[in-house]
Amino acid sequence: MGRDPPGPAEDEAPGAAAAAAGAAGREGGGEEGEGRARGGAEAGGCYLALCARPVQFEKANPVNCVFFDEANKQVFAVRSGGATGVVVKGLEDRNPISFRMEDKGEVKCIKFSLGNKILAVQRTLKSVDFLNFIPDSPQLEYTQECKTKNANILGFCWTSSTEIVFITDQGIEFYQVLPEKRSLKLLKNQSINVNWYMYCPESSVILLSTTVLGNVLQPFYFKSGTMAKLSKFEIELPAAPKSSKLSLSERDIAMATIYGQLYVLYLRHHSRTSNSTGAEVVLYHLLREGSCKKTHILKLNRTGKFALNVVDNLVVVHHQDTETSVIFDIKLKGEFDGSTTIHQFVLPPRSIQPYQIPVAGPASVTSQAPVPCKLYSSSWIVFQPDIIISASEGYLWSLQVKLEPVVNLLLDKGKLMDFLLQRKECKMVILSVCSQMLSEPERGSLSVIATVFDKLNQEYKKYLEAEQSYTMVVETGLSRSNPLLKRPVRTQAVIDQSDMYTHVLSVFTEKKEAPHKFTIAVLMEYIRSLNQFQIAVQHYLYELVIKTLVQHNLFYMLHQFLQYHVLSDSKPLACLLLSLESIYPPAHQLSLDMLKRLSTANDEIVEVLLSKHQVLAALRFIRGIGGHDSISARKFLDAAKQAEDEMLFYTIFRFFEQRNQRLRGNPSFTPGEHCEEHVTFFKQVFGEHALMKPTTF
Amino acid sequence: LRMAAAGAAGQEKQLAPTLLSFFIYNPKLGPKEGEEEKKILFYHPNEVEKNEKIRNVGLCEAIVQFTRTFSPTKPAKSLHTQKNRQFFHEPEENFWMVMVVRNPIIEKHKDGKPVYEYQEEELLDKVYSSVLQQCYSMYKLFNGTFLRAMEDGGVKVLKERLEKFFHRYLQTLHLQSCDLLDVFCGISFFPLDKMTYLKIQSFINRMEESLNIVKYTAFLYNDQLIWSGLEQDDMRILYKYLTTSLFPRHMEPELAGRDSPIRAEMPGNLQHYGRFLTGPLNLNDPETKCRFPKIFVNTDDTYEELHLIVYKNLTSAFSLPDTASIPPTLEFCRKLDSIVGPQLTVLASDICEQYNINKRISGAEKEPQFKFIYFNHMNLAEKSTIHMRKTPSVSLASVHPDLMKILGDINSDFSRVDEDEEIIVKAMSDYWVVGKKSDQRELYVILNQKNVNLIEVNEEVKKLCATQFNNIFFLD
Repeated sequence: MGRDPPGPAEDEAPGAAAAAAGAAGREGGGEEGEGRARGGAEAGGCYLALCARPVQFEKANPVNCVFFDEANKQVFAVRSGGATGVVVKGLEDRNPISFRMEDKGEVKCIKFSLGNKILAVQRTLKSVDFLNFIPDSPQLEYTQECKTKNANILGFCWTSSTEIVFITDQGIEFYQVLPEKRSLKLLKNQSINVNWYMYCPESSVILLSTTVLGNVLQPFYFKSGTMAKLSKFEIELPAAPKSSKLSLSERDIAMATIYGQLYVLYLRHHSRTSNSTGAEVVLYHLLREGSCKKTHILKLNRTGKFALNVVDNLVVVHHQDTETSVIFDIKLKGEFDGSTTIHQFVLPPRSIQPYQIPVAGPASVTSQAPVPCKLYSSSWIVFQPDIIISASEGYLWSLQVKLEPVVNLLLDKGKLMDFLLQRKECKMVILSVCSQMLSEPERGSLSVIATVFDKLNQEYKKYLEAEQSYTMVVETGLSRSNPLLKRPVRTQAVIDQSDMYTHVLSVFTEKKEAPHKFTIAVLMEYIRSLNQFQIAVQHYLYELVIKTLVQHNLFYMLHQFLQYHVLSDSKPLACLLLSLESIYPPAHQLSLDMLKRLSTANDEIVEVLLSKHQVLAALRFIRGIGGHDSISARKFLDAAKQAEDEMLFYTIFRFFEQRNQRLRGNPSFTPGEHCEEHVTFFKQVFGEHALMKPTTF
Repeated sequence: LRMAAAGAAGQEKQLAPTLLSFFIYNPKLGPKEGEEEKKILFYHPNEVEKNEKIRNVGLCEAIVQFTRTFSPTKPAKSLHTQKNRQFFHEPEENFWMVMVVRNPIIEKHKDGKPVYEYQEEELLDKVYSSVLQQCYSMYKLFNGTFLRAMEDGGVKVLKERLEKFFHRYLQTLHLQSCDLLDVFCGISFFPLDKMTYLKIQSFINRMEESLNIVKYTAFLYNDQLIWSGLEQDDMRILYKYLTTSLFPRHMEPELAGRDSPIRAEMPGNLQHYGRFLTGPLNLNDPETKCRFPKIFVNTDDTYEELHLIVYKNLTSAFSLPDTASIPPTLEFCRKLDSIVGPQLTVLASDICEQYNINKRISGAEKEPQFKFIYFNHMNLAEKSTIHMRKTPSVSLASVHPDLMKILGDINSDFSRVDEDEEIIVKAMSDYWVVGKKSDQRELYVILNQKNVNLIEVNEEVKKLCATQFNNIFFLD
């Protein structure tokens, strides 16, 4: 927002209601609502909070002017026109910048360029002064008058570290600042009658209010020295205005990026439809190309003074009369009327969480209790996207959404998941919701659990797919031709199998409070969901299923699952099955089948058979797959001997004699095969004459 | 060429084996002389004169007692005589079941007089012993154990239950068509992909959750099992009941199709084709009776008494036994119908679609048709291309009884040893019979090719294994 920050309010007492006048900023129009209950904090479940570490600045008073720059999110405290000091504090960088400047008159607007390189100060309606903050550059101030004759500068905004836009009542002027030369170069200008303007630094878009009514908005987009005029659009006013005077106030307009898209938010105090009395927020989707479209209507169902914030892609609407706020999520399902989607608020109205102001005072009296902060105070000023300033108390907060209280306010778990999955810090909350719905007293039904799993896995699959296609592009070397390609970002909404296993499922199965039928149904439901989204199931989940089934002696169930390959084949799983053989004999067969299907586990199959003294079976198997020329004779002879079956030993021994004959032309074993003890044993049992004679031609 | 010979001779007539008598006794019930009749709990045919009954029971007792001296743990199981064969089974301690089967007879005409030739070696012990064991299992499924009946009301109650059950059941024994499949008493599983299977799992779990008196569920499609919540042994006999008795009895209206007047008489079933095979016939009739058969499962352990609810939807059917304490109400049936009916319709079409896809992929139709029987002792999975679809009374083998007998003989050989074995038999005309045993699995193949040798037969069987059993560990 380019308009000068919350009024300097030099002439008002701290906390005076008048502060709102200059600053009414985003608080919205004047209609007083019907008398209604105050507060809502006592209702509990506050899902909005002011940040714990606010920026504290010297409160506005007759000698101290306070300004806020939305682009850098900095608060300027200017004492005596700068002569006795300027202190700049940011929400992001915590180290304040202090300097002094000459008092050349009342400061109307003061802002750093991006990166705090150049300071711009507006003191008159005609010009802006500049001061370099680049080391080793000229330190003297320099001035730029606006080019348009007889125009008054409404304000200015920095679009980069050296580019600035002046907005006058007659148009806009786009300049390049040349700090070394202490001068500015006009890049572009455009004549247009301007009522007021608004700047969205995130998207570098300036919105101008034009025409007599002010409801035709003209956006401009700035990027590295270029200025693009986007198509203008008209805001539908609630009713045809009777007189031809400015009918759209900047107080009722906000710009914000929601889910990566730029929207113009219009606070309409009366719905156009006669049957609903409440105010509403109308969202216009601003596109770089094409015209602006009305896409969403957020129903407030109340009237009075409102202010807007956008936090974590949620539209927050504060209502001063009730001292409560509501939130809207445009990604949640709404009522679609063919062109726009109508949304109701997601959660019941609640107050912002009570906030205690730490009392700063002499160290000797620190025992003084902190003072509760007056919320929804008329001296509050709200900025996009998430800034709340109390100029009278000298605080700047960012607004935050608390997810934990939401869990108890949104009882429809499917909707809750839709909501949580779109939030930045959602992972631990989602995992705790999962844990909660699996255990008493709030155990969910299986169909609810299934819905939740499906929603999680849909998000998980989306990420896996993005990751996979990225890897593919990189591997095929196509990435060089596409410099925009970026590795997909793994947001907190990606809840993978290991998260679910560690935080939810393993804990849940160990608790053993639920009937085992339910436990197994939940595990199967999760596996079903993974399969439905074609996500390969990790081995540890299968292990969990098997462990649970074995604990409850549900072997037949396990058998059926394996029979239908619900638990996918793997070597570790086959080994786990082998270990179950002593308590469930058919596990042996299941394990061998699995090893066979893996087709890479032939050695394991031979080992399993030999360990059961099924020497002939092992030999037949290895011969069947053509591996009998390379197997160790000693290993088979050892097993045959342990089987204590002389005929078996004879057969095996003879087989290897024949192999020796075939491979080397001699039936005897080579020393490298280490079969001496077996030859001795053979002679002992069957006599020397039983040894195979070398065939000579 | 016995088949041809039998036809040509004309006058020769084969008389199939028949049930001569069937009785159940407990020697401890009438230990004193003169009280022998008390031992007899059930005797078929009932018309037999009392003394003869006592004599026959006494004879069996003596044989068992006598053979016990040689083999204390495994007393005699059958007694071969020229005219008949007797099978003994002690399912519960001191309760003996005896089945006497008359050997098949060839009736010849010599000088215009009929001459009977008893074929002493035709019947296979294992087949008929298994039939006898199943008699008990089936009784137990619907009545619980003998002992439990004694506890409930003494000999009187037991006798009543035996009479009530076996009077009807014995008529359904078709001894002439018993074969190897009766030995296995296996379960045919429906082949299904993982995803559809998981969907069914999910459906069953949710259904059991919402109808919380449902304790176990079994899910069948096309008379083949997909899921059983019951333990294997209970499922085995329930499966036999469902597929050989209950389903075939309800086949006819099914085949009539959806447009038949039978459908029209069942209003309220507009969205789906589900209906109860046990329990209420018409859910809209408040007078309709909600009587479900009771079944008894886990008799060795928890001894659970359940109601058997069989709900069927065109080709997929399933049974949901539930706790017996309170019989399911009509209201419950309606709830079940409304929850399960529509979902089952969707699932059934999913299954059908998946099944057709699989069939196309595997090209099952093009494969050479081998005649084989496969059985896995571990999961009781059974597969036969020899038998035609089961009818209410019989499962008909499509090959000559002599070949079936060879299969039975091979099976007896297999059960004598633990080792893996393979037996190849050259049968009459151009038939070869191959039996393979690998671990707990058995495979029997019947080949009919002219002028093939042993090696070629072996190759053919290998081919069959490669196509049909490639995903299990089955030694070549």
